Amino acid sequence: MKRTTIKELEEISKKIRCGILETMEIGEKSHLGGSMSSADLVTALYFYKMNHNPKNPDAPERDRFIFSKGHSVLTQYAALAECGYFPKSILKTTKTLGSILQGHPETRTPGIEANTGSLGQGLSIGLGMAIGAKLDHRNYKVYVILGDGELAEGQIWEAATAASFYKLDNLIAIVDYNKLQAVGFLKKRYDLGDIRGKFAIFGWKTFEINGHDMQEILQALDSVDEVKGVPSVIIAHTTKGKGVSFAENNPAFHNAPLTKEQIERAKADICNS
Amino acid sequence: MKNKLIATRTAFGEALVEMAKERNDIVVLDADVASSTKASIFKEAFPDRFFEMGIAEQNMMGVAAGMATTQKIIPFAVTFAVFATKRACDQVSISIAYPKLNVKIVGSYGGIPTGKAGATHQAFEDIAIMRAIPNMTIIVPADAVEMKQAVRACVEYNGPVYLRCVRCETPVIFDENYKFEWNKGITLREGKDVTIVSTGIMTPKALVATNILVDQGIDVRLIHLHTIKPIDKDILLKASIETGHIVTVENHSVIGGLGGAVAEILSESEPALIKRIGIEDTFGESGSLEDLFFKYGLTSENIVKEVKNLIEKKRRKYSC
Repeated sequence: MKRTTIKELEEISKKIRCGILETMEIGEKSHLGGSMSSADLVTALYFYKMNHNPKNPDAPERDRFIFSKGHSVLTQYAALAECGYFPKSILKTTKTLGSILQGHPETRTPGIEANTGSLGQGLSIGLGMAIGAKLDHRNYKVYVILGDGELAEGQIWEAATAASFYKLDNLIAIVDYNKLQAVGFLKKRYDLGDIRGKFAIFGWKTFEINGHDMQEILQALDSVDEVKGVPSVIIAHTTKGKGVSFAENNPAFHNAPLTKEQIERAKADICNS
Repeated sequence: MKNKLIATRTAFGEALVEMAKERNDIVVLDADVASSTKASIFKEAFPDRFFEMGIAEQNMMGVAAGMATTQKIIPFAVTFAVFATKRACDQVSISIAYPKLNVKIVGSYGGIPTGKAGATHQAFEDIAIMRAIPNMTIIVPADAVEMKQAVRACVEYNGPVYLRCVRCETPVIFDENYKFEWNKGITLREGKDVTIVSTGIMTPKALVATNILVDQGIDVRLIHLHTIKPIDKDILLKASIETGHIVTVENHSVIGGLGGAVAEILSESEPALIKRIGIEDTFGESGSLEDLFFKYGLTSENIVKEVKNLIEKKRRKYSC
């Protein structure tokens, strides 16, 4: 765990947001919205909370992170590059043939633990890793970021039941609750109701925070460490496209191409924030 | 042991226990069907290594994948073949096969025998589905002896495997000298007139059919393939060149399983006239084993009939 200050982490999250833009080819569709909404959460995990080492990505004691909402992997690529898992120059090769940076997370990328992208699968995989830790008498934690729309997938709730049954206090789910799915606002298109209540009924310890307030994020991640005997979920209220003025809360930027001018504007928005 | 009637599902359960006594990295996951799949035998012996996952097969496969990433656990994810391959198909494909994780997916109740449960529990497409998934090895043992050796071989192999078990008791055809060879087909009888290629519990029936045909003067080559993927191409090509007629037999659909695999291989380099015996693209139903095997043509008598039909068909096709 690195001793970084809130200010430092906020500066790093700007770098992460710029890193996300680095992965985007002009005119090519990219999952800008959901990547930006996760940026502060991912920053906190990689630069404050998780025990990990870019020089030893397979260290058995490392904390595991799974980006179950795999389409937002751009955030993770930016974080991994910033940490030094691979050179930053690789970011611009994202989604090109032969790149170690695929359109969705793949274990060929140093630092990526699971092949996600087919929504609903990441929590189960994380659960398996968490059981693995208990069997192997290791103390690592498993963090899984879920999309809010992704919570419609039944497999998520299969995993939620199992995590509770197996008392996996080393499994932490984080919901990137940006209120938008691909086709529009959840509340209008497919209201999933009381997400916090649902996890609570499944036996999880729940936390609810502003997913862009670094102080709240760190406090929640630290509080989770005190939880014993049950899995934890952090419901993080976020804004899709956060940091990019024309993309914030805009369904159009779930997966959209950006022009050169838009990328420049986005960079300016981020650096001047 | 030979000619005894033992269910391959039982041999599977026992083999798990034998392996687990030798090494401490084997765990078994179940989706509430352990007493049917015989994973219950393992649960009795090693309760700490048995994980009940509830009637939630998709999650079970994901959990097995996560466990395998530790590289210190070899998970066997065991359920009915229909659920392992259809309900949890995406999970098997994306969570397990795509990252090449060391998970053994076990599909029990392969094909017709389901204790009269009927169509929802009869897996006729499981081999076809698994065949289309990259990085997957598919093993369909013929009897209890082969099953036990197959389980051992699965554990020693690092990668995703689909292992098919059958519910009903079937004859043991291999003796204590049998050696399971990874990815290799076995010629049970050499011959020149026609080849029968069988897999799983149809091999004992194919053996009976072979003996009947040989008595009638037909020189049958009998090949048993325990591994459908990767398939032993050499043994098939040789059989095509040397006998010219192939009859495939499987406790599975004629689409996409053993028959499909054989047809794919031979059509590209050594075409032979092929007859696929199996379930003719239909859902199953309830009934006694005897009634169902008879209705769906999975009997020694029908194999004999179809071999003769094929020989006659080719004779008529190529005679002037």
